[in-house]
Amino acid sequence: MDELLNDFIAETRDMAQALSGAIVAWETAPGDRERLAEIFRFVHTVKGNCGFFDLPRLEKLSHAAEGALAEVRAGTRSADTALVDAVLAVIDRIGELVQALETGEAVASEDDEPLIAALSGTPIVPAAPGAEDPPESEAKKAIRSIRLSVDLLDRMMNAVSDAVLARNELARRLRDAPRDIAVEAAFERVSACIAEIRDGITRTRMQRIDSLFAGLPRMVRDLAAELGKQVRLEVDGGDVELDREMIEMIRDPLTHIVRNAIDHGIESAEARAAAGKKAVGTLKVSARQTGNQISIEVADDGRGIDGEALVRSARSAGLLSAEQAERLSPAQKLALIFTPSLSTAEKVTAISGRGVGMDVVRANIERIGGVVDVDSRPKQGVRLCLRVPLTLTIIPALTISAGGQVFAVPRSAIDEILRVGAIRIDTVGAAEIATIRGRRVPLVGLATLLGVAADVADENQRIVLLKPAGGDAYALAVDAVHDHEELVVKPAAPAVMAAGLYAGTTLADDGSPILLLDPSGIAKRAGITLAESELHQVLRDTTEEAEAERETSLLLFRTLAGGRCAVPVMLVERIEDVPAGAISFGAGKLRVAIGDRILPLAGCDAAPAEGKLRILRLTDGISEIAYGFAEVIDIRAVPLDLHPAAAPGEVAGVALIDDVQVELLDPHWLFAAQGDAASETGAQPVCALPEGDPWMESMLRPLVESLGYRVVAAREGVAADILILSEEGEAPSPVKAGQVVRLRARRDASASDDSIYRYDRAALIGALSRRAANGGGHD
Amino acid sequence: MTELLLIARLGGRRIAFPASSIEAVVELEGITPAPCAAPHVAGLAALRSRVLTVIDGLAALDLSRAGAEGRDAVVIPCEGHTYALLVEEVEDVIAADAPAAPLAAPVGAGWDRVAIGTVEIGADLFLLVDPYLLIAGPAANAA
Repeated sequence: MDELLNDFIAETRDMAQALSGAIVAWETAPGDRERLAEIFRFVHTVKGNCGFFDLPRLEKLSHAAEGALAEVRAGTRSADTALVDAVLAVIDRIGELVQALETGEAVASEDDEPLIAALSGTPIVPAAPGAEDPPESEAKKAIRSIRLSVDLLDRMMNAVSDAVLARNELARRLRDAPRDIAVEAAFERVSACIAEIRDGITRTRMQRIDSLFAGLPRMVRDLAAELGKQVRLEVDGGDVELDREMIEMIRDPLTHIVRNAIDHGIESAEARAAAGKKAVGTLKVSARQTGNQISIEVADDGRGIDGEALVRSARSAGLLSAEQAERLSPAQKLALIFTPSLSTAEKVTAISGRGVGMDVVRANIERIGGVVDVDSRPKQGVRLCLRVPLTLTIIPALTISAGGQVFAVPRSAIDEILRVGAIRIDTVGAAEIATIRGRRVPLVGLATLLGVAADVADENQRIVLLKPAGGDAYALAVDAVHDHEELVVKPAAPAVMAAGLYAGTTLADDGSPILLLDPSGIAKRAGITLAESELHQVLRDTTEEAEAERETSLLLFRTLAGGRCAVPVMLVERIEDVPAGAISFGAGKLRVAIGDRILPLAGCDAAPAEGKLRILRLTDGISEIAYGFAEVIDIRAVPLDLHPAAAPGEVAGVALIDDVQVELLDPHWLFAAQGDAASETGAQPVCALPEGDPWMESMLRPLVESLGYRVVAAREGVAADILILSEEGEAPSPVKAGQVVRLRARRDASASDDSIYRYDRAALIGALSRRAANGGGHD
Repeated sequence: MTELLLIARLGGRRIAFPASSIEAVVELEGITPAPCAAPHVAGLAALRSRVLTVIDGLAALDLSRAGAEGRDAVVIPCEGHTYALLVEEVEDVIAADAPAAPLAAPVGAGWDRVAIGTVEIGADLFLLVDPYLLIAGPAANAA
């Protein structure tokens, strides 16, 4: 309240000063209508302002003067000297009182009655001596405030913004330059100073929202009286601060909303009583700061907004088709009040039907980056919420690139930043939908929207998940995401704003211009109008398609034991019949000989006595396993719904296929279990042994082969991984060998000998195994 | 009585602007595009710490945008925004000999909308153009 009083005092004093000339002129020419008008305006304003403060003396005085002057204006009274004197005396007294308000002194003369009486024509009683003093008596306290031109403030604000930009550029250069502690310390000091100045200037631009709310009690009182309603006003949060420019822009919309509430919202006392409500309606206006937004709420307990009536109105105005009307949610119906030229008021009253509809209110709020929401319960009331950004000038933003150009996105609208690869994108008709952790949102490509070519391939783009204030979430695909910055944003020229995509312009650290994107504008331009239900319907269809892909192709067969089993078709290389004789138990496992290979055999315990056995040749790409079975049942593609087995084993689990339980083989387990015996179809390492050496042939060869080598005779032109020679032998040339191992007959080795004693099993196996592991094979 | 005029060349013609409406003449180094803005907007540029809205003079006349060759720009503040009007060349600032004469006849497609008179200086006759009408671009005067 103090600040308001100061404003009033300053304003009144200024007006009085400005008026001094007019007063003198009027004194000499009381018939001058213009002077009269000026003086009238002064007392009228003082009287008006007095309404907010408890200043009965001032109110009485100014009211009296106003009345007298009004009569002169109306011509029912002439401005004779006596009247002029009386008016001037009152104005002097007003000046004194205002001065006293400021300094806290008591006014010399307490008695205003003579002055007021003089206005009505009775002769003036000589004023008390105190009145002769000039209004500007020596103040005990210094004047506490100054009035400042907004232009000057703007200049300062611009200069501070420039300082912030210059500081940012300096920071960049310092980062690139070699470190100098002294320079950095000085920079920190400058930085801190600039931050402090910026803070101070921002506060000069900020004003308490009280200046908006202060006019409300009067307006509500007058309106209610005019309309014959009883309204009680509750105001809350007046100490919330807002940029002055913003306050001015909210003033009209707020006024309109309040007027609407009283005119259309709050019912007459009788109607309220009939509805079981208290006769006096309540209008609650409150302001709150949350994060970097201010929300102003106007709530009334009137009759509420009739969504159906709005729909009917829109239908009859041809703005809505029947089916569109069907699909509107309750919230959307309420939102119809923002449609231009739509009104359900029975008559357009002089109060709220001046053509400044809710659409204009919304447009004005949106122009400053705010939103308007409406909520209503029939017969219970309406709540309108205005949300505006905290400051017009410095906005936290994220810089991004699209089509080789850098843009900025207000951070308040950003939900998340993701990679394209991390989400699923479906194309529905011409639109793209992104699924982000189960949540489906429309996808907009920024480069495409702007009509420029994206710099980066689709799959490398980044996704910015946006939720514009009051709008629906959507995903914006951009080429790259850069940095979080605090940007000084200034409005863009109308020709640029006409695009509907931008919220303003700013300068990058390097001084180049950057456009700040408007998330709601982008959504609108991209035509994101899919209603929630439409979205879901469309996606249900695509999801069903996707699920069809998750089926597995299975080969169903009957096992030798008579049960039903299945294995993924892609593992089956071939189905063959093998003679019973090819199956034998050897080296600890059941094996089957096929061609020149021996495969481990699973699926049966022993070879059949006679006849043939049908086998599946299962492959993992490298090795093969044979699986004996009785007969093939079918090949089916089914979605797998597996009930896992209790313990790891040949059977992975049980699934229901065609209402019959089927065991699923666990190929991984099979291959792992048979692994060491699985015959490798890949190339084997080669070992060359000299021909005609009986010891090598009978003693060495089996050992070498058991280690997986293919043994060849060491002849001319043979390539081998390893060549084993006896001590005395010579390498028949040319045998290309990866390694030559020499064997000696004697146990003891001479010092310079690197040969291996031929019965040193460990060393032999060591050399051969190493080579087998390292080498591949020669073909 | 005599007014200072800025003489420039645009679309092959020598035209004059009232110097009082012009803040400066600059050579733009780079123009940042403003996608989807009005067609006569060439983009944005920076002048010290201010963002300028760059207007392509030829496009503003609704004449073909033949890729303005000149980089000279005339800086014009208007309604709280600062514009840079691209012209082919800025020639001079001269004082007019006499006040401008009203247009006697149509001056040509595109120019009719922005020309407000003719000025005689020595032996030369210049078309006097209202810079604000020019900046507003073709659409603004569609009515």
